[in-house]
Amino acid sequence: MSGRKDSAIEVRGVARRFGDQQALSDIDLTVGEGEFFSLLGPSGCGKTTLLRILAGLDLPDSGSVRIGGEDVAHVPAHRRQVNTVFQSYALFPHLSVKDNVAFGLRMKKVAPNATAGRVARAMELVRIAPLADRKPAELSGGQKQRVALARALVNEPRVLLLDEPLAALDLKLRKELQTELRDLQRRLGMTFLCVTHDQEEALVLSDTIAVMRAGRVEQVGSPQELYERPRTRFVSGFLGSCNLLAATVRERRASSVLVDTPAGLLRLEPAPAGDAALRSAFTLAVRPEKVVLLPAAASAGENRLPARITSALYVGAESRYVLEAGGQLLSAVAMNIGAAGAATAGLAEGAGAIAYLPPAALVVLDD
Amino acid sequence: MPRPGGTVEIRFGETLSRRRELARAALTCGPAVGWVSIFLLVPLAAIVAISFLTRGAAGGFGLPLTGEHFLRLLGFGALGFEPLYPLIIARSLLLAAGTTAVCVAVAFPLAFFIAALDAKRRAIALTLVVIPFWTNLLIRTYAWQILLAPASPLTRLAAAAGLAGPGEALYPGTFAVYIGMLCAYLPFLVLPLYTAVEKLDWSLVEAARDLGADGPRVFRHAVLPQVVPGLVAGVVLVFVPATGQFVIPDLLGGAKTVLLGSAIQQQFGASQDWPFGSAIALVGMGIVMTGLWLYARTAGKRGSEDLP
Repeated sequence: MSGRKDSAIEVRGVARRFGDQQALSDIDLTVGEGEFFSLLGPSGCGKTTLLRILAGLDLPDSGSVRIGGEDVAHVPAHRRQVNTVFQSYALFPHLSVKDNVAFGLRMKKVAPNATAGRVARAMELVRIAPLADRKPAELSGGQKQRVALARALVNEPRVLLLDEPLAALDLKLRKELQTELRDLQRRLGMTFLCVTHDQEEALVLSDTIAVMRAGRVEQVGSPQELYERPRTRFVSGFLGSCNLLAATVRERRASSVLVDTPAGLLRLEPAPAGDAALRSAFTLAVRPEKVVLLPAAASAGENRLPARITSALYVGAESRYVLEAGGQLLSAVAMNIGAAGAATAGLAEGAGAIAYLPPAALVVLDD
Repeated sequence: MPRPGGTVEIRFGETLSRRRELARAALTCGPAVGWVSIFLLVPLAAIVAISFLTRGAAGGFGLPLTGEHFLRLLGFGALGFEPLYPLIIARSLLLAAGTTAVCVAVAFPLAFFIAALDAKRRAIALTLVVIPFWTNLLIRTYAWQILLAPASPLTRLAAAAGLAGPGEALYPGTFAVYIGMLCAYLPFLVLPLYTAVEKLDWSLVEAARDLGADGPRVFRHAVLPQVVPGLVAGVVLVFVPATGQFVIPDLLGGAKTVLLGSAIQQQFGASQDWPFGSAIALVGMGIVMTGLWLYARTAGKRGSEDLP
């Protein structure tokens, strides 16, 4: 994916400790040139610390950071070719929007007429040109966010760092700006590194996501890879929700494996590769929307588990079910695509049903 | 429908008739307004009036009206031009400006130092800063006389360190005057400045760094604009009273020079020339007020700052 391209950022073995709290341990990351890369994780996972280390606002205890191929260990923040969009925006309250945007260019002593042109273009880009003479106190949250973006973009950094850029905005505005941010990044071809705790935001925006947990990188991959093939319980649960089943191997065949789970016998195809191929017990993950619900009368067969519906929720576009199969609870989601509105007739609370878990939907986790 | 009690307005959720609002204002603000009127506005008006009257033969004052006191202040006396009083005014302003500068230089690092302490030490540090307030000005000043006297350990230490030549004393002299002034006025600058520094938004400092500002420019563009209100409040609190200060310069400077404050005191005391004393007081006040007004005007107009 991105490894073959030139890398904009290379992080090797970075660790950072605050008192007795290990904020980051042994972080390795490569961000490709022109990529939209997200660090995703719950609060306190170290993602902001990593961003601050890249910006030069914090120093790692060990490890190395390269930006555009250059080792930046001894490059102070104000000489790094990165700019940051701060979570609090950190706009200068005594300067107008225009002067806020011009700040970086003036610090770099860019000629005044060149500055004026670049500032005007940056403001145009994020559509804040009409606000040029306002002070930050006279702006709404969304406008401040755009100013912060323009103030960073105008410097044409090697990498733009975004610290929870949309977290302070309301839902509707956030969705709008997500699309805008993504379009902007595509158009400029600039490398964006975004810190977020919002899994949907990360999925929508990113080319590549690194899921972080407790100071470590849990898994790196494209949104699709992470969602479809999570490697750990944490990733499977942090990105969307997942049914987890404890599985023990009953029989290995040429291209598939039969496992026993509390819900019943399941066949995995293709058979797990790598480490998991050697283990006799592991955890299986299956997304609720991949569980196919069939009426109780449907014919029995492979990966078809007899179940009972313990709850059925109609939520408009979809219906959410909780099933019980052999003592194991399974959640299932079905789109309400039928003419009558319900996913499948007869799937009411208390009724029996058959849960079909397609072999390809079963993911073997590493932990 | 007309409501009883005249116009009714809502203030912060409370309905209040115009009459009751006035009554409440009179009750709460009345004493202060009365105090300021009787003890500030009336005497001030008297001083303005007296400054235009003529000194009586045996002190006192009376008609006719005259502007000669102001001419005399400008240096045009009976004996031709002699800039005695312009020099006194300039000397006083210089002392006040010097005192303010020294106080700013000391208060700035101190305010940042205190703001960086933990809550408990901060309380102790602030107490130490205000302790001079609790000591009488004269006692404090005499104490400095003793501490800086020619044979005092402090003076000998300074001599040993080569800071003062042999036989030279730290007191009386300019150094001693500034020590005394600093000691008296520092709290007025530290407290408002500290309040501003404590509220400093450090994310702006990081933003300035991130945008390529080095240390001095971070200070100028991200720190200074945030602490300017506190700094200005402190500067005014120090500069204005310092222009009228004469006890400290007299006691620590050897009473060799006349300052605004001592000139006024002399006219109202020994010279028995109230009209001229009033004129000096008025001009001193006028200069300070003009300065403040000019500052307020420029500060209000300064919109987009010129970044280098």
